[in-house]
Amino acid sequence: MSMNKTVLIKPIFADNPIALQILGVCSALAVTTSLSVTLVMCVALTAVVAFSNLFISMLRNKMPSSIRIIIQMTIIASLVILVDQVLKAFAYEISKQLSVFVGLIITNCIVMGRAEAFAMKNPPVPSFIDGIGNGLGYSVVLIVVGTLRELFGSGTLLGITILPTVANGGWYQPNGLMLLAPSAFFIIGFFIWILRNKYAEQVEKDEFVMAPHTAEKGAH
Amino acid sequence: MSSNVNSVKNTLKVAFGLCAVCSIVISSAAVILKPMQTANEILDRNKNILIAAGMFDPTVHTNADVASMFSEFTPRLVDLDEGRYVTDEELQTQGLDPQTYDQQAAKNDPAMSEALADNEDLASVRRRADYATVYVIDSAQGEGYETVVIPVSGYGLWGIMYGYLALEGDGNTVLGIGFYDHQETPGLGGEISNPRWQQQWLGKRIYDESDNIAFRVSKGGGQGEYEVDALAGATLTSRGVENMIEFWLGERGFAPFLRNEVQS
Repeated sequence: MSMNKTVLIKPIFADNPIALQILGVCSALAVTTSLSVTLVMCVALTAVVAFSNLFISMLRNKMPSSIRIIIQMTIIASLVILVDQVLKAFAYEISKQLSVFVGLIITNCIVMGRAEAFAMKNPPVPSFIDGIGNGLGYSVVLIVVGTLRELFGSGTLLGITILPTVANGGWYQPNGLMLLAPSAFFIIGFFIWILRNKYAEQVEKDEFVMAPHTAEKGAH
Repeated sequence: MSSNVNSVKNTLKVAFGLCAVCSIVISSAAVILKPMQTANEILDRNKNILIAAGMFDPTVHTNADVASMFSEFTPRLVDLDEGRYVTDEELQTQGLDPQTYDQQAAKNDPAMSEALADNEDLASVRRRADYATVYVIDSAQGEGYETVVIPVSGYGLWGIMYGYLALEGDGNTVLGIGFYDHQETPGLGGEISNPRWQQQWLGKRIYDESDNIAFRVSKGGGQGEYEVDALAGATLTSRGVENMIEFWLGERGFAPFLRNEVQS
């Protein structure tokens, strides 16, 4: 049980897929302009990672190594199509806003990364939990980014006005940068900075050391 | 064990087995969910027509009200070149139904659409379907119409914007506009969906006294009878909206229809 718990909790902060593994950043930029869309994306991705891990782990001993990746992709793609169909049937408005990004979960590196790194080597139950854990890790970053971007970019949260904008007769001049993709980079950067202050072991060793300045007596 | 798993026979078996299982799962999901998805699409389209006509207020009405409110409208097919309604006879011979006619699909069907020359293609839509669905409410007085809703589309900054424009019975005064699909930047061009911006369209006029299109999306207030204020920080989107109106209310768009069937 304690092992399952570690598998679930660790990816949230200590081994976060976006902040430490740097996987799945693309969708973190694309779908975080409004919080409601972000939340649906988080649920969709968590479901896909968890179930793809489960099925891949169940098949891991029967998978011929020559077509391993193709099998993983087929399972992931099927699950993504399923999620897309369900969203279109039950959450049409949001699926319209997510548009192509639901389909792009197929190429989200977290799904494939966890399948290769964890599900291929572990039994189904821990793999499923690992999927949920990584989905939650992804969700934490996306929710932070989505909250900040919607609040400061549009003055709303989940569509409810928090800071009345000038365009709607209020006082808040929205920060247009927040609505564009680069702002997510900045926010994720700050997130990683804070995380690495807390978990110092996440800081990589320098790849090279800068040479010291030329000694004074050697300079011309 | 390992050599058995990696044998050619097992590889083929796993590949075909997996494909079969996945395709069964996906196709059954698609079939089961299809009716709900279609219902959602129609609901969404009808809601946008009501929003354009200024009848649907998201703070008051819910999706459940859409069906009863929408029943006031009659969908009718318009032959854009001829500028008249498609007759029942033509509908029958071509097997078309205004309820189910899909203008987007028709636009991509060479038999049901035509390519636009560069100088005609103001809205950058490339092709235009021969027929379009309009939604009308008959006037209570018996003559003419109370509301006419026409579909409009045009290229903005990132992609084609789709919407509905609602006109009063004179075929000139704007009742409202609504967009149901666009890819404009949220917060900038995406503000075309902002009800506050759409509010100012109400009561504006498209054609001047000599029947030329005088409508503009212009910077600096939109005080005039024929202009609405452009969106700040979204020059290209605003220009796209203006071009869209110019095309769809022009001679290649609904102008002949409005002249023949609505304004007369």
